Amino acid sequence: MKHLTEYRSVELVEQYVAELHRTATRPWTLMEVCGGQTHSLVKNGLLNLLPPSITMVHGPGCPVCVTPLNLIDKAVYLAEERGVMLCSFGDMIRVPGSQKSLLDAKAAGADVRILYSPLEAVRLARENPHRDVVFFAVGFETTAPANALSVLQARQLGLKNYSILASHVLVPPAMEAVMQDADTNIQSFLAAGHVCAIMGLDEYLPLVRRYGLPIVVTGFEPVDLLQGILMAVRQLERGEARLENQYVRVVRPEGNPEARRIIGQVFETVDREWRGIGTIPGSGWAVRPELADFDADKKFAVTIAKAPECPDCIAGLVLKGIKKPHECSQFGRACTPERPLGAPMVSSEGACAAYYHFASVETQDVASLQISKL
Amino acid sequence: MCLAIPGKIKSIDYQYDGLVRMAQISFGGITKEASLDMVPQAQVGDYVLVHVGVAISVVDEEEAQKSFQYLAEIGELDELTESSQIDRHPL
Repeated sequence: MKHLTEYRSVELVEQYVAELHRTATRPWTLMEVCGGQTHSLVKNGLLNLLPPSITMVHGPGCPVCVTPLNLIDKAVYLAEERGVMLCSFGDMIRVPGSQKSLLDAKAAGADVRILYSPLEAVRLARENPHRDVVFFAVGFETTAPANALSVLQARQLGLKNYSILASHVLVPPAMEAVMQDADTNIQSFLAAGHVCAIMGLDEYLPLVRRYGLPIVVTGFEPVDLLQGILMAVRQLERGEARLENQYVRVVRPEGNPEARRIIGQVFETVDREWRGIGTIPGSGWAVRPELADFDADKKFAVTIAKAPECPDCIAGLVLKGIKKPHECSQFGRACTPERPLGAPMVSSEGACAAYYHFASVETQDVASLQISKL
Repeated sequence: MCLAIPGKIKSIDYQYDGLVRMAQISFGGITKEASLDMVPQAQVGDYVLVHVGVAISVVDEEEAQKSFQYLAEIGELDELTESSQIDRHPL
């Protein structure tokens, strides 16, 4: 057990919490889009410090959770049937496909490797010229530059044995999809800080205008999140709808133009299927046609029939913020992190896993601002 | 998935026969490689936020120290090392 550091001090947290209690005079429902923020809110026990009138709804911002079942099946197929060296971020390999996860495939002898960076996969391709290396390139706008860079490096190095199985998803179209759902009751968004570090702020203005929503670009630490929530609630209380940046120390208004240039060299915008949600127009990035040699989907021309999702899992409703994880009949019973029915129970950024590990959200000791390390 | 960890650029070198520019970044005693392609202005001694092996923005030293300390305390630095023995000293 450790106390928060001086900078994220208990006093500062308490000040923000007190100010939130003073500010919120009516019920408000906010969504944090980013799974990293969900994880931080739950792990730090912040949900219990908020006034009861403020409801935080957890959004679809967990790339692992929204990667389509069919794509996981393709990755498993490539590893098992095509003999590729299938490389992936760690949190992707435990996500169940229709038959098995990549971890199951690895246990059965397939060459599946967990890497920290796609650039390591490029190195593996260079060191193993007789093996096909495929990197499972999932992620939001934050991760896209690294995946794009891996393709550019591979091309620069003249590698013919490197490709990516890409399933990039974009935040603003997902927010749009959440708002267009008839069941939504979201009144404000916390936008994802590191996504905006790449993309900048401008692409959120249409959402602010179209739906009359306050949107606050927010960081990940307890004080960041409380400050972001306070900024949003202040706007709501005043009847305002503006785009604000809480995370000024990292996010510049223009984002990172160099990163966007590199993304644009490799990816183009496409419609993308989100697991549990369905297809969202213009919500993904796919490898540009002229780089098809580096697109594992085209290179290996894999077609796998789409398998049905587990009927007992309500991941789609959880990802859209319509249901909370513990409102699922399977939560903690048939569905646990050890035996997940759906992706949000696998990734540490999935709302279900966060609730399973760090809640009972309703019963946490509010008086103690201590962080317990698993 | 969008976790980014601040570290200090120790050195910059060219790899793959000079084709690719990479940096050695120190994260509180652990050194890892990262690309500086997204932050071409970054120099040795600067602090950068690193996400999956790519520096995505330059941050100031004070912010880097505070963020790193927070991430260390809350146990979010596993991706840097298999070992949990993170050196908690300044970067």
